[in-house]
Amino acid sequence: MTVDMAQFNADLWATIPEVALACGAMLLLMLGVFAEKRTTLVTWGCVAVLAITAHLVATSSDGTVLAFGSTVIVDPFARFAKLLVLGGSAIAMLMSIDYLKDEKLTRFEYPLLVALATLGMLMMISANDLIVLYVGLELQSLALYVLASFARDNARSTEAGLKYFVLGALSSGMLLYGASLVYGFSGTTTFAGIAQVIAQDGVGTGLMIGLVFVLAGLAFKVSAVPFHMWTPDVYEGSPTPVTAFFAAAPKIAAMALFLRVVFGPFAGAEPQWMQIVIFLSIASMILGALAAIGQSNIKRLMAYSSIGHMGYALIGFAAGSQAGAQGVLIYLVIYMITTVGTFVCILLMRRDGKAVENVEDLAGLSQRDPTTAYLLAILMFSLIGIPPLAGFWGKWFVFLAAIESKLYLLAIIGFVTSVIGAFYYLRVIKVMFFDKPAAPFEKPLGSVNAAVLAASSAFVIFFVVVPAPLVEAAGVAAKSLFP
Amino acid sequence: MTGLLSLITFFPLVAVAMILVFAREGAQGDQLARQTTLFATLVTFALSLWAWAEFDPSKSGFQFVEDFAWFGGTIRYHIGVDGISLPFVILTAFLMPLCILASWTSIETRVKEYMIAFLVLETLMIGVFVSLDIVLFYLFFEGGLIPMFLIIGIWGGPRRVYASFKFFLYTLLGSVLMLVAIMAMYITAGTTDIVALLAYEFPKDMQYLLFLAFLASFAVKLPMWPVHTWLPDAHVEAPTAGSVILAGILLKMGGYGFLRFSLPMFPDASVYFAPMMFALSVIAIIYTSLVALMQEDIKKLIAYSSVAHMGFVTMGMFALNRQGVDGAVVQMISHGFISGALFLCVGIIYDRMHTREIKAYGGLVNRMPIYAAVFMVFTMANVGLPGTSGFVGEFLTLVGAYKANTTVALLATTGVILSAAYALWLYRRVVFGELEKKSLADIEDMNLREIVVIVPLVVATLFFGFYPKPIFDMTGTAVEATLENINGKLKTAEVEATP
Repeated sequence: MTVDMAQFNADLWATIPEVALACGAMLLLMLGVFAEKRTTLVTWGCVAVLAITAHLVATSSDGTVLAFGSTVIVDPFARFAKLLVLGGSAIAMLMSIDYLKDEKLTRFEYPLLVALATLGMLMMISANDLIVLYVGLELQSLALYVLASFARDNARSTEAGLKYFVLGALSSGMLLYGASLVYGFSGTTTFAGIAQVIAQDGVGTGLMIGLVFVLAGLAFKVSAVPFHMWTPDVYEGSPTPVTAFFAAAPKIAAMALFLRVVFGPFAGAEPQWMQIVIFLSIASMILGALAAIGQSNIKRLMAYSSIGHMGYALIGFAAGSQAGAQGVLIYLVIYMITTVGTFVCILLMRRDGKAVENVEDLAGLSQRDPTTAYLLAILMFSLIGIPPLAGFWGKWFVFLAAIESKLYLLAIIGFVTSVIGAFYYLRVIKVMFFDKPAAPFEKPLGSVNAAVLAASSAFVIFFVVVPAPLVEAAGVAAKSLFP
Repeated sequence: MTGLLSLITFFPLVAVAMILVFAREGAQGDQLARQTTLFATLVTFALSLWAWAEFDPSKSGFQFVEDFAWFGGTIRYHIGVDGISLPFVILTAFLMPLCILASWTSIETRVKEYMIAFLVLETLMIGVFVSLDIVLFYLFFEGGLIPMFLIIGIWGGPRRVYASFKFFLYTLLGSVLMLVAIMAMYITAGTTDIVALLAYEFPKDMQYLLFLAFLASFAVKLPMWPVHTWLPDAHVEAPTAGSVILAGILLKMGGYGFLRFSLPMFPDASVYFAPMMFALSVIAIIYTSLVALMQEDIKKLIAYSSVAHMGFVTMGMFALNRQGVDGAVVQMISHGFISGALFLCVGIIYDRMHTREIKAYGGLVNRMPIYAAVFMVFTMANVGLPGTSGFVGEFLTLVGAYKANTTVALLATTGVILSAAYALWLYRRVVFGELEKKSLADIEDMNLREIVVIVPLVVATLFFGFYPKPIFDMTGTAVEATLENINGKLKTAEVEATP
């Protein structure tokens, strides 16, 4: 067999962002190994590599390109999700600099692991084949397991890493088992091939079981109930910037993959996966709203909050329409930006050289540091979904899609849980504004983190003024999912 | 004048920006914040008066319309006013400077934040009344929760946390059901434009559900019995100006919502549910009046009386005739003056004595003659004495209800008597009698600032009591158009029903 060099070149060019990210990460790894003291340089280098990758993604040709024998797809949807993930990773990396210094965790492996995890996410997003899907997912997950236990002398962090690894490995196993069943009953691993088989022969029992297992694996990655158990522990135990990264990037990538899988290969099995998704959505919304009420640790609270928000995003899936997919993408962008801002505020919470994590530690922040307190309050109101803040519009688009698909009950459950959920976000605001001030935090926000917080809250406030760019971009991206 | 409405709506935000930039920490910055806010609210009021002058009451339909593309699809930035919404815009702009003046000295902590919260609230409240896109309306309607939550929670009384949470969660739960209905309307009618929706005829069975969803929101906001329980708590704990805004304007959003959305958009459902609305209104009038009789806290008493007066509003509206609807609008506006003024009156003695217990007072007339006179005016207006604006609204709503259902009118009239009972009894206990309490011995009468705050309200209450024509001139065409719209839709429904 002769290798078609022209084709190979074209394939490489289609995946140039991934190639660039991989090469950049390798080079910086070398730099880190040979110049051990230059950790900050490696961090900024990683940010630069992510920025270059994002630039390559943004400037790549429009339209849909298939590469490597149709196992990799680059379409507007992939570009949109990749930009989002790259942005989330870069911001999470920047946010970590001060924290790692304070905790004496400054090691050059940190930014590299984030960069490699991001590479895995890009592969997931572009996957058009079960094998690529799995390889991307594992590359991402393995890097994340290490990141979760990055504070290796800290018992909670190692526990978080171990828990994440054991449960993650189990879910990967389920996904792989499902993938093998799908392959066994459809005779192909490519998404297009699976879609064709389903279109011709319908969904047989074997495919059905395969589908359920694949969805279970994906639900684990997006932490939808009942596959959410790892989330609170991992969120709480991991170093805070790692938690921020977990909330910002991998969830987005996993959601994008989820969208691709249900609307791509399994588009013909919509009635089957729809039931599963509706269940996941309702269960996540309810648990996210109720379980968070009792939490005193703010990172655990954000974990349950993220479970709830994934439930809302899943409503868009359940709508099963282009409008629904568009809604999910808008929701994810808004959620990511809001969460990143919130985690900046959590990073601020340090006393006596240690990070403090109780909601009560924020007491009276509005008197000690009004700017941060007001910005965090705005982010919290946005997470509740109060207009005119961005969080409302995320909900607006997914719920509108659900109503369009006549899923009234789902929408009403969603709204009622969002009212219940409002309680715990309000509690954070209450502690900051209505309670007596506690001792001040160690130091004000560093300039990078302050900039991240300012940008995130500016987006949340002013999204309502110029919504069109995001809404239109998400519309184009969603359209490419429905050829 | 295009752009005038946007200017009125968003001018307060300009002041917010200025306070953020210029006002520094410390007393000087606080004073600057106060002055900027007062100036901005006065300018807004002047602009709203200008809008009134430019407004042509003989034209039906919306005026000062602005319409820009915004969220893609049919969701547009579309604003305008008609005779029903303009009075509320003016009322909002009128009460705002009074609120700022009333909090001039009583708010000492976090002054800048307080002023910013009120300015943001003003923008959101005016936005509610000028929106001609239902999504834009929802945005302003719900957005008001944020500043109000903070106002109650930060500057409120001892149980402020409980009150603010209750206020927020109650209102939010009602609103999200309305949001579901808004989405369903968008999908069905294919538009979010209020003008287009007013002309659209929803299928009958859908109307019932939509009506109930909107009811969930407006009934909480108004508030109607039995979902009124957040109101006494919120009123009691809120700072004086917060209570004024709450009673004067936020409650009116519910009534305005009924008139703008529920009645003309779901006329069949409105007729179908009218008996229920009558029943709830009558219960609100009688039951909450009885509850008001037994209150020991002055603010709570006035809060319950607000619920009773809002009962007249819903009763008048669902009578679905000219007198009823006219009366409901006048009742809402006059209640804006009267309840606002009553809360200010409570605030005046609260600032001096730091208690709202009725028992702690008595014989104030001996030391505070001006206060006694002012409080008397508003007590009488609250009772609905002829010659005050309270009478016009109550009388017309009763006439309207009488035409629709005699029993309802009869029962509601007892409410007038009950309101005289609780209001006059309150007045006697607080103001008349001998000045026996030692703590009251040095209490001082109203100072100039307080008089300046209260006089415009006295003038408005008496002026519109004797001469309500300006209000009717403004609202007449719009109310008529609304009723015509409703009756037209009801007739076509009848024609369709008979084969």
